[in-house]
Amino acid sequence: MISLSLSAILPYLLMGARWTLLLSAIAFLGGGTGAFLLLLLRYGQPRFGAKAVHLYVEVLQGTPLLLQLFLVFFGLPLLGVEVSPLLAAGVALTLYASAFLAEIWRGCVDAIPHGQWDASGALGLKFLLQMRYVILPQALRIAVPPTVGFLTQLVKATALASIVGFEELTKAGQIVTNATFQPFVIYGLVAAIYFTMCYPLTFCARILERKLSQSR
Amino acid sequence: MGYQLDFGALSGYLGLFLHGLGVTLVLTGISAVLGIVLSIGGAATARSGPVWARTLALAYVELIRNTPFIVQMFFIFFGLPSLGLRLTALEAAALAMTINLTAYAIEIVRAGIEAVPPGQREAGAALGIRPATVFIWVVLPQALANVYPALVSQIVMTMLESAVVSQIAVTDLTHVADLIQSRTYRAFETYFVITLVYLALAVGLRRLFALAGRRLFAGRRN
Repeated sequence: MISLSLSAILPYLLMGARWTLLLSAIAFLGGGTGAFLLLLLRYGQPRFGAKAVHLYVEVLQGTPLLLQLFLVFFGLPLLGVEVSPLLAAGVALTLYASAFLAEIWRGCVDAIPHGQWDASGALGLKFLLQMRYVILPQALRIAVPPTVGFLTQLVKATALASIVGFEELTKAGQIVTNATFQPFVIYGLVAAIYFTMCYPLTFCARILERKLSQSR
Repeated sequence: MGYQLDFGALSGYLGLFLHGLGVTLVLTGISAVLGIVLSIGGAATARSGPVWARTLALAYVELIRNTPFIVQMFFIFFGLPSLGLRLTALEAAALAMTINLTAYAIEIVRAGIEAVPPGQREAGAALGIRPATVFIWVVLPQALANVYPALVSQIVMTMLESAVVSQIAVTDLTHVADLIQSRTYRAFETYFVITLVYLALAVGLRRLFALAGRRLFAGRRN
């Protein structure tokens, strides 16, 4: 048993928190890109695209993230890809985020009155131009609050990367706990750091939502 | 490479698998029942309790909703014994899941209560019925009917999230998968099958609750 002071533990945990943030950013950028493509697939031609996207979302939202992580971690090597914990976690969280964001953004696009599609179609705009100039600018406005809210969920989801050995905040907490045998203090600190990262996002989402509902 | 998928290796573990399935379902059931009951009390407190209780309820909700489930579980299982509260892994998992679900459900039930027209409460008061009785027999049934779908999806999410309890060696479905893959060296196949089982559970639970909801709230919702 090693006795470490708080001033030694905290910087170590914060180092882990940096990886939590990085992983969240990777998953958000990757997931956002994926969700955007899914959105085009869902509303574009041919129609079976919508069914395929629906199935994709259903499967990813209907299975535990932990199992998705395991499948990527043990599945990619079968395809001959060497996986590091960061790669496995990055890929799994990207897939996870793409499904959730696709579902959130679908709700936003569906909220645009159908007349907007009809009118822009009547003006001769093709699908991509309709999306670019008519639908997305309007959908984007209502998409911001729930997207920011989802970021909280994503930051929390990165904690599972610790299970495949990626040294983010939760893993850092486990390592320090194993060395110091002070789980109460350490996991309390870890929770506090997560809270500090997530609460501002939750708070922003709430403010943005209020603003949006006032402006309507 | 030439890796051959082999699902046959899993066939000898049916008993273990059923045990894991049972643990996952029992944990989900316990946390769902306790979580919903507690969240009704929590939502009532957050809306119309004394100021200190209201603050406490809201702080609880924010604290749980802004920290990962796995950290909450580690805190309960590894951290609480230093306060003298020693729990078995199964108890810790059930407690963590209940605490987690309650926080999310409080928000949902609260939204449901807010959506009940104030006239309902006023009519109850006008008839001389005590506020608590009005809440239980007039407001609450309508509030729950309002948010039933949201509660169901929260319960399903808790079930899926319960895969994490395998990390404190609770022998749930995921832990059984860990055991089987460590014996058969067929990690991908094992996790693939178990993932499909979770998917079936999620879809099945949703269907079951939808069916129950139609009975429970017959005539109230369409």
